[in-house]
Amino acid sequence: MKSERPILDRVPPRQQGDWDIRGALNFMLGGAGAGLLAAVACATPLGLDLPIMELLGLALVGAGLFCVWLKIGRPWRALHVFRRPSTSWMSREAWLAPVVFACGAAAILTQAALFFYVAGLLGLVYAYAQGRILKANIGIPAWRRWSCVVLIVATALAEGFGLLSIGAVLWPALTPFGYALAVAIALRYAAWRAYRADLRETGAPSGTLQVFDAFAFNFGLIGHGAALVLAVAGAYASQPLVAAAGGFLASLAGALFKYTLVCRAAFTQGFSLPRTPARGKGKSGVGAQPGWQAGRGS
Amino acid sequence: MSKRYAMAIDLRRCVGCQTCTAACKSANATPPGVQWRRVLDLETGEFPDVRRTFMPVACMHCANPPCMHVCPTTATKQREDGLVTIDYDICIGCANCVMACPYDARSIERKPRYSYGTPMKSEEARFDEGKLGVATKCTFCKERIDEAERTGKVPGVDPEVTPACVNSCISGAMHFGDVNDETSHISQLLSDTEHFRMHEELGTDPSVFYIWDGGEA
Repeated sequence: MKSERPILDRVPPRQQGDWDIRGALNFMLGGAGAGLLAAVACATPLGLDLPIMELLGLALVGAGLFCVWLKIGRPWRALHVFRRPSTSWMSREAWLAPVVFACGAAAILTQAALFFYVAGLLGLVYAYAQGRILKANIGIPAWRRWSCVVLIVATALAEGFGLLSIGAVLWPALTPFGYALAVAIALRYAAWRAYRADLRETGAPSGTLQVFDAFAFNFGLIGHGAALVLAVAGAYASQPLVAAAGGFLASLAGALFKYTLVCRAAFTQGFSLPRTPARGKGKSGVGAQPGWQAGRGS
Repeated sequence: MSKRYAMAIDLRRCVGCQTCTAACKSANATPPGVQWRRVLDLETGEFPDVRRTFMPVACMHCANPPCMHVCPTTATKQREDGLVTIDYDICIGCANCVMACPYDARSIERKPRYSYGTPMKSEEARFDEGKLGVATKCTFCKERIDEAERTGKVPGVDPEVTPACVNSCISGAMHFGDVNDETSHISQLLSDTEHFRMHEELGTDPSVFYIWDGGEA
C-alpha cells in the first residue's frame, strides 16, 4: 500500500485562500475591459460612434481595480502600490492604469482615432501585465508559466471582441466583428490547449489538474464551440442578436475561466522530500512529493 | 564578502517534538493558527519499508526571494546579511508575496484572534495591531541578529543572538550561522554532510539546508 499521505496538513499543495473572488474580479473585469479597449481600437477604422464601448472598457478596468482595493488588508495605504515598478508587475499594472484611463478619456472626449489606437494597445499591455502578475507568483504552479500569460492575453482578446459583439445589438454595424470574435475564440482555445499540455508535461498539483479536468468540457463546448458557431453564424447572416449571443458566451466563459484559475485551480507548491535521512546504520531512502502529479517530461 | 545567515537542519536528528514551533510562537506571539515555524510529518515508502521524516519549515530567507520581487510596496526587503524582512508600516496586505512564496511561509491575519475567544492577559500585553492586515513570516529572530552586531556576539554560537527555534531544539538538529564565513560551524557542517534545499529548481536560492547523510549524525 502506498503511504505518501501526510499526517499533518499543509504538506501537499492546498488551494490558496488569500485571493478570493475580489482578487479574481481584477482579472475578470480588468482583463475583459482591457480586451474591449483593444477590440474598440480594431473597430475604429470603420468610423463608428464607439465612445460608449470605450467608456465601458475603462469602467471594467476601474471596477477590477476597485475590487482589489476592497481585498487588500490595509486599503488606506493603497498608494504604496506604486513603489516598486522595477520588479513588481503589480506595481507596473498600477502605473499603467492611469495611463490607460488618460488615453481612454482622451479618446472619448476628442474622438480622435489616434487615442483609440493607443488606448487599445495599452489595453493589450494591461492584459499582458495581469498575466505577468500571475506568472511572477511562483508559489502557485498553475500560474508560473508563459503559457498562462499567453492564455490570459488571448482570453482578454476573446472577451473584448465578445463584448464588442454584444454591442452589435445597439450598433448593427458591429455585426461583422463576429468573424473577429471567432478568430479570438479559436486563438483562446489554442492557448487553452497549449496551457493544459504544458501543465501535464511539466507537472502540477493533482488538485489543479482535477479542477481543470472538470472545467474543460463545458469550457470547450459552450465557451468555445457554441460561441464560435454563433459568432460566425451571426456575422455571416448579418444577425446582430446571434453574434451578440456568441459574444456573451465567449465573455462569460472567459470570466468563469479566470475565476477558476485564480480561486479554484490555484494550488500551492506544497513540500517535497527529495531523500529521506539516513538514520543510524540505515541508508537514505527515496523521497516523496505528496499531492503532486509529475510531468511527462520530468 | 558580506554575511549570509543560514540555517542547517539535520533531518536525521529531528524527532518532530515541535519544540521549535512552540519556541517561535512564544518568541513572536503569533496568533492561533499562524505558525511562522512548523514541523512537517511525512510518511514515505511502501509497506513494510515505510519511513517517517520530520521536516521543520519556515521562511527560507532566499537569496533570490520571489516575495520581494513581486512586492509592489517595497515592504519586503533583503538585508545585506541575507535576511528577508517585512516593513509592517508599508505593507498593504495585497497577498502577492503569499502567492509568490513556494514555501507557504507567509500569512495575513485580518482580525485579532485569541486562543480562547477573548484575550488572555499575556495575549493582551503582546498584541500588536501593526501586524493586522499585513503579511507576516519568520524573521530569523532579526532583533537577536541585530543585537549581535551591537554586542559582537556570534549568531549560532551565543544563544542570546541565535534564533529562538535553534536555541530550543532538544536534539541539536538545528544550526545557524554565517555560510559565507568558511570557519563558521554551519559552513563546516555543510561541507562535511550531504544536504538539499527545498524546491531549489525554482531558482530561489534558499538559505535553509536539510542534512540527510554524511558527517557525524
